[in-house]
Amino acid sequence: MGAGHAHPLYLAGTSPVHRLPSEVKIVAAFLGVVCVVATPREAFAVFGGYLLLLAAVWTVARIPPGWMARRSLIEAPFVVLAVLLPFTGAEPRLEWLGLSLSEPGLLGAWNILVKGTLGVLTSLTLAATTPLRDLLLGLQRLHAPALVVTIATLMLRYIDVIAGEARRMRLARISRGHDPRFLWQVGATARGVGSLFVRSYERGERVHLAMLARGWVGEMPQLSDESTTRRHWVAGLSPVGAALALAVTGWLIT
Amino acid sequence: MADHVTAPEPTAGTLRGSTPPPSLQVCELAFAYPDGHQALFGIDLTISRGERVALLGPNGAGKTTLVLHLNGILPAGHGSVTVGGLPVAKENLREIRRRVGIVFQDPDDQLFMPSVGEDVAFGPANFGVTGDALRARVDTALATVGMSEHRDRSPLHLSGGQRRRVALATVLACEPEILVLDEPSSNLDPVARRELAEVLLGLGATMLMVTHDLPYALQLCPRSVVLDDGEVVADGPTRELLADPDLLRRHRLELPYGFTLS
Repeated sequence: MGAGHAHPLYLAGTSPVHRLPSEVKIVAAFLGVVCVVATPREAFAVFGGYLLLLAAVWTVARIPPGWMARRSLIEAPFVVLAVLLPFTGAEPRLEWLGLSLSEPGLLGAWNILVKGTLGVLTSLTLAATTPLRDLLLGLQRLHAPALVVTIATLMLRYIDVIAGEARRMRLARISRGHDPRFLWQVGATARGVGSLFVRSYERGERVHLAMLARGWVGEMPQLSDESTTRRHWVAGLSPVGAALALAVTGWLIT
Repeated sequence: MADHVTAPEPTAGTLRGSTPPPSLQVCELAFAYPDGHQALFGIDLTISRGERVALLGPNGAGKTTLVLHLNGILPAGHGSVTVGGLPVAKENLREIRRRVGIVFQDPDDQLFMPSVGEDVAFGPANFGVTGDALRARVDTALATVGMSEHRDRSPLHLSGGQRRRVALATVLACEPEILVLDEPSSNLDPVARRELAEVLLGLGATMLMVTHDLPYALQLCPRSVVLDDGEVVADGPTRELLADPDLLRRHRLELPYGFTLS
């Protein structure tokens, strides 16, 4: 399922992690991140434990660490903020290589960096093992608001249709000599965006009619009758158990 | 706006007899849009089970308005529509929408689910089919249109002809009493057009086909109805209607260049 919707964060595979029902993985990822966030920042070793735990999941899911590392660069812009904290933080300060660094600032930066990184890595693990389509099915089974799931499902289908429409409109503009390299020419592009909105709106109306014509009553029907068993939940939540143990350890040693 | 349908009088078609009620019966149907534009003036149309009928007429004749009445998306201003003996009324809307299978003109409007299989399952699932029965419906519908091997693909990655056939399958999976096709041959290359015709002829279903493609109407539908300015202006064998140049000219219909019918 979901073929043709390969997104760059998804790594196709058939590992036990890939085969777990998506709602189990969503819940596990969420609880895992909660454990990380609840860990006191001074429990340095515990964060290493979380990383080992994730590495174990990657091994089972056959995700190369390099593949994961490249995608985790998405975090980089947020790291910049954290780097500023040791310079701007409060007293007491300490000297390091001739730099005066704030001690609470350093701890704050470490806190953001380590928890943010672990959070990103957890989300990437979820995304790498679950196609978008299954994520939506998982949200539906977790009783996320029906309207949100419907909107996301339709977006998944139509984003490419709308992009195609935008591409055709751009070709039509360029074919008539439009060359939007200059600032004063962006007007036509802006109007294009406006008409794209109107077209998408009209398409929305037609899609709604087509949905009504096939008996739609406001909620996407459950199309998959695969049921999630207790065994799935136990398997999916076992890393969360380990994370919980790590978090408790963190509280005990600080 | 779509769901308010005034209950029409039950017609003779609801009586259970030896002959099945007509698949579609439209009686004195009139409708005006909220802006006051009168689109339909007393339409009468009966389609028996198994008939294939083409609905012809110029742009703005009211064809689409009529189609949207058949499954209660637009409420009848006056008159009634019954499908297989069941009046189009608010309390029957669900069953009516199962019985009337509309294939819309742009398959991109009709195929809104992320994969072909899910889209075909959407209709029957809404009508309460589940589990193995649902899978069987999807399998049968996709096999009928020859698209079984594309079940897990996104509609986005199909050709125009394939999309049109999947759109047909999404409706066939609901096992409708009558198929309503809006411009089925538009934007299709000649081969896809012929393939679709072969699928449609092989169905043996009751069919109402809205089209500007007169040769296609001749190929597929023994009977045609001409609609102009919200009125039925002609109803008869397709070949006879298309062989009447005066009739065609009066209602802005035209055979393609080089075609003549005798």
